[in-house]
Amino acid sequence: MALERIWVYAEVAGDKPTSITLENLTKAREVAGVVEAWYSGPDAAAVASELGQYGVSKVYAVDAGGTLPGIPVASAMKAEIDGGNQPDLVAFGSTYDGRDILARLAVALDRPVVTNGSGLSVEGDEVRVEEAIFGGSQIVTTAFRSAKPYLASFRPKSFAAEPGGATTAEVVEVAAPQQGTAKLVERHIEERSGPVLDEARIVVSGGRGLGEAEKYAMIEELAKLLGGAPGASRAIVDAGWVPYSYQVGQTGKVVKPDIYIAAGISGATQHMVGMKGSKNIIAVNKDGDAPIFGIADLGIVGDVHKVLPALIEALKAR
Amino acid sequence: MNVVVCVKQIPDPAIPGELDPQTHYMKRDGKLILDDSDAYGVEMALQLVSAAGGGDVTLVSMAPNGEVSGLRTGLAMGAAKAVLVSDDSLRGADALTTAKVLGAAIGRAGDYDLVLAATESSDGYTGIVPEAIAAVLGLSSITFAKSIEVEGTTVKVKRQTEAGFDEVETPLPALVSVTAGVVEPRYPSFKGIMAAKNKPVDAVTVADLGVAVGDWGQEILTVDPAPARQAGEIVEDDGEGFQKIVAFLEIQKVI
Ligand SMILES: Cc1cc2nc3c(=O)[nH]c(=O)nc-3n(C[C@H](O)[C@H](O)[C@H](O)COP(=O)(O)OP(=O)(O)OC[C@H]3O[C@@H](n4cnc5c(N)ncnc54)[C@H](O)[C@@H]3O)c2cc1C
Ligand SMILES: Nc1ncnc2c1ncn2[C@@H]1O[C@H](COP(=O)(O)O)[C@@H](O)[C@H]1O
Repeated sequence: MALERIWVYAEVAGDKPTSITLENLTKAREVAGVVEAWYSGPDAAAVASELGQYGVSKVYAVDAGGTLPGIPVASAMKAEIDGGNQPDLVAFGSTYDGRDILARLAVALDRPVVTNGSGLSVEGDEVRVEEAIFGGSQIVTTAFRSAKPYLASFRPKSFAAEPGGATTAEVVEVAAPQQGTAKLVERHIEERSGPVLDEARIVVSGGRGLGEAEKYAMIEELAKLLGGAPGASRAIVDAGWVPYSYQVGQTGKVVKPDIYIAAGISGATQHMVGMKGSKNIIAVNKDGDAPIFGIADLGIVGDVHKVLPALIEALKAR
Repeated sequence: MNVVVCVKQIPDPAIPGELDPQTHYMKRDGKLILDDSDAYGVEMALQLVSAAGGGDVTLVSMAPNGEVSGLRTGLAMGAAKAVLVSDDSLRGADALTTAKVLGAAIGRAGDYDLVLAATESSDGYTGIVPEAIAAVLGLSSITFAKSIEVEGTTVKVKRQTEAGFDEVETPLPALVSVTAGVVEPRYPSFKGIMAAKNKPVDAVTVADLGVAVGDWGQEILTVDPAPARQAGEIVEDDGEGFQKIVAFLEIQKVI
């Protein structure tokens, strides 16, 4: 038996719905008869027409008044639910704003949440969420036992995004009973050229084994030669070598490229959870016991300062 | 300025995690340590209090078996006191219950201007406990801070985003969750470690806090090993290792 209705919190980057939004919508369409979206941001009408391509029949638009959306969106959702408009499940991406709204809504409704989901299924009356733990080595399946609506967040790349069930999504403005208190003063966008990290077919990531910030240039050069995107472990993001937007892993991006090259990265569980789904993994590490070799299709036990320059030269010579 | 910091005490992350085969809860029986993620919050709090020219840093933690090892680390760094909630009924507590309990515990920490937490814990990483605490306490909040400044009664934060960062501000009192790297945590000095032994820890139970703890509204059905990746070819670099990569990329038709 399928669910009747799911709400998905929709987010945009630029003026396009984010991948995680489309992934969640695609899954929602598979398990529920009606899929509706919530959105807080500019151009609701334009966003609604994009979401309609993914089967969304209605978009609830909330004006957050230039504040973080946690308080206003959660209070608007609660008001709808209290008024009798009740979905079976409210789904979020495990994103910055998604988590804020989810947390506020959980407290407002006094409902438990399942976070970081990587799978969703309906068995009879039971709604189940899968979650990968311990660096993705084990899968926990949890069933909701609370009153509806159930609340859950899903990690990026858990589901494939496919358009379908196209409709014209109607936009309904919903007032927020509670105004936000954290004011957005200014947005800063870091410029990046080349393919986007979480969409690139090839990702070349560097870690602490590079030794110093300047050596990251090898990673960038290799990525460029292969038409891929450069990535990083958290160790070198925290050290300030590269911006946070380069980070792959639990607290960074989830990537699933055709080829993932890890250079000077040990393979901590929090890193692996973000790249384990890659089709092919190549690792270069001087320590033959590094955990990254446990999931590598090709492992080179060697010094990045020797292997990478040689590789770059060989690729340039072609 | 008074700052409360939520600090989680967790099993040593170097030791592989384990679930209890019966309850499926994470095993937390051995000695627990201060979650690295929370060392940033403690350091940030100490710096903010010192910049404000006075005040106290109070730690709040929920942990089994009256565990205080991690709290002592935070106290050794310079926090003044701690509140510890330890209660058998909290075994396997979900994020919502954890937030309710910590919210009530923060109520015992005295007057505060700011509550800090990490964006996510190393072992549970639901990433929603801090914002849920703010909701429980009716506080304004800013999550994912990569820098924090307090100016008068306003807290100004650079908040991490997908694309870069946002400048966000809110009036105090407020809750802010911090990312790793927001500041460089100090190592406790020997003097700090000695002093920490005598700092007050207010140990309380759920009954003391008056929080109603029910069931978690969810049930773990199964825990299964994920499909393992096929082991690949591992070779020692003899100076020609890069050729292996070139050949691999050729087979994959990348080059
Ligand atoms: C809550 C939490 C969330 C986290 N989230 C993330 C996340 O999203 N992403 C992430 O990456 N990490 C994350 N981490 C951190 C993670 O635990 C590791 O600390 C981090 O991934 C280590 O990065 P690294 O592999 O670059 O460094 P290290 O672990 O220090 O490894 C460096 C490696 O380089 C090798 N090496 C050294 N010199 C050379 C050389 N000359 N040639 C070749 N190899 C060399 C070493 O053998 C070693 O294996 C998180 C941690 C926590 C607690
Ligand atoms: N049991 C706990 N005791 C104290 N603080 C906690 C506890 N659980 C979570 N927190 C705080 O909330 C943050 C996020 O936790 P989580 O939502 O589990 O990822 C942690 O890093 C801590 O700062």
